[in-house]
Amino acid sequence: MRVVLAEDLFLLRDGLSRTLAEHGFEVAAAVDNGPELLRALRSLHPDVAVVDIRLPPTHTDEGLQAALAVRRERPGLPVLVLSQYVEQLYAQELLADGRGAVGYLLKDRVTRTAQFVDAVRTVASGGTVMDPQVIARLMARSTARGSTAELSPRELEVLRLMAEGRSNAAIMAELHVGESAVAKHTAAIFAKLRIDNTPDANRRVLAVLAYLRR
Amino acid sequence: MTDRQAAAGAALRALGRCELLSLRALAVSVRALAAAGALSLLPLGAAGPVRAAARGLRRAADRERALLAPWTGTALPAPEPLPGTAAGLGTAAFRRELAWAWLGPWTAGALAAVPPSLVLYGVFGTLVQPFLWRRLGPGNWYAFVPVDSAGLAAAAALLGAGFVAAGLWLAGPVLVRYGVWTGRLLGGPGTDRLERRIGQLTDSRTQALDLQAAELRRIERDLHDGVQARLVALGLTLDRADRLVDSDPAAARRLLGEVRATSERALQELRDLVHGVLPPVLADRGLPDAVRSLALDCVLEVEVDAALPGRLPAPVEAAAYFAVAELLANAAKHSGGSRVRVELRCADGRLLAVVADDGRGGADPACGSGLAGVRRRLAAFDGALALHSPPGGPTTATLELPCASSSPKTSSSSATA
Repeated sequence: MRVVLAEDLFLLRDGLSRTLAEHGFEVAAAVDNGPELLRALRSLHPDVAVVDIRLPPTHTDEGLQAALAVRRERPGLPVLVLSQYVEQLYAQELLADGRGAVGYLLKDRVTRTAQFVDAVRTVASGGTVMDPQVIARLMARSTARGSTAELSPRELEVLRLMAEGRSNAAIMAELHVGESAVAKHTAAIFAKLRIDNTPDANRRVLAVLAYLRR
Repeated sequence: MTDRQAAAGAALRALGRCELLSLRALAVSVRALAAAGALSLLPLGAAGPVRAAARGLRRAADRERALLAPWTGTALPAPEPLPGTAAGLGTAAFRRELAWAWLGPWTAGALAAVPPSLVLYGVFGTLVQPFLWRRLGPGNWYAFVPVDSAGLAAAAALLGAGFVAAGLWLAGPVLVRYGVWTGRLLGGPGTDRLERRIGQLTDSRTQALDLQAAELRRIERDLHDGVQARLVALGLTLDRADRLVDSDPAAARRLLGEVRATSERALQELRDLVHGVLPPVLADRGLPDAVRSLALDCVLEVEVDAALPGRLPAPVEAAAYFAVAELLANAAKHSGGSRVRVELRCADGRLLAVVADDGRGGADPACGSGLAGVRRRLAAFDGALALHSPPGGPTTATLELPCASSSPKTSSSSATA
């Protein structure tokens, strides 16, 4: 699997390259600024991009903007965004096209290599991974607003894990339930959030999106 | 036609005002004489007449101030209230009102009398001279014209018409000059206003410096007690793990787990600290998106309506952001409402932020809430916070900050919460 990596700190860029290479990824390019990231994404056609939000030259949200721009040209290009902080606004912007294949993780998460590599794989295969911090804040807000009243506590938990990008198998393991129970819960979530089964939309992404918009 | 009528109306109105102001000047000079008389009694120990004269002068000056703004466009701030004792009459305000009463009538007042006099003299030349010259014979002059024939009478009539026109034409500009000159006399050379302004600035600068010092202390303490301490602990634990790695690998692994947890906590603390200094989204995107992100985190439904021309100066953005954050937090905690509307606008070089909720109202900045802090922060920028919160609600907070849009980079226009 070919990865384009964008990170301006040399140490972190080097560490991420090594980690990805050790886990069988081919690092097609490791760049340290926005314009080069744009060029690499356009010319190298990677399977997934791992992008730091804040990049030179502006040191603002250059990385995020580059990722969003390329996703407009190549819809569905898998992008995993890394940042020192999580920002709901950026999570929403990443999810705005409803196609999934996006991830948004705190940089701290890369220290748990296995989880980080899993996240890259999930995003590369079209899944959605949101940082537990994003999900926790959404949870807190929607509970305070009482807008998740329709979902049972168990369904909420399943939705939270779905939003964090876990597969059904991972959810089964985490909640100590069987496959049929997970399937039942996900079906109930889709029904309650009024998400129809259409072939060209990722229902899990739509569920997370619906949740984010509450 | 209507334009011409309007212009003629304006000229006549200005003429009338000139006339009234020049007549007022007579009354003012009577006040000036009275005040001078009263002051001359002061060495004899009679303070009462001076106080009465001062009050009279103040009334006249107040009327003058009230007339100046709508008539001449010169707005004067209200002076300090008159002191209760005669000894206190040495104030700059009293001295200036006295000077105005003496100088005003024969400078500004005389100036104001020019257009009406021109018109009157013009009317005399136009309507009266053509009949008068026959009776008076030689020796009858109108301005520089010796009117002793029908032809010269016609010339005098024309000249009179010219005077009328000149008077009407002059009335507007003369009014403006009158305002400027009276403003200078009554408003002083600006030292009063400047002194008050310097007082304000000194206060707000002291507050700003205190605030900044407190902020630095907080950051230093947070770094020292938090992150720094955690990193030291981390080093110690790593050292223990290093010693145990051969003899007791299981214990070493447990310690490494601790190291990881400590480093994660340190990172979280650093993140919170950075956010408290300058929220990254504010640095990245500017005020509208930073407020949108606040809206996303707020437990209330927040609608953000922002129309700013571009990035504002960083300190203004930060001050406005933290003020809006405080107001939103207040709304969430105390208002009992469910919806908030935040509006951001720029007009006349001022940033306006309105935070309006649909709660129960009754917010009072005197009740030790964060509102006082918001006020202090805004004061450093010459900003202001107006709170309208009647019991029963709703609450509308309006904050205003002077700003000049700095960079042409426009803010992104993403969806509202």
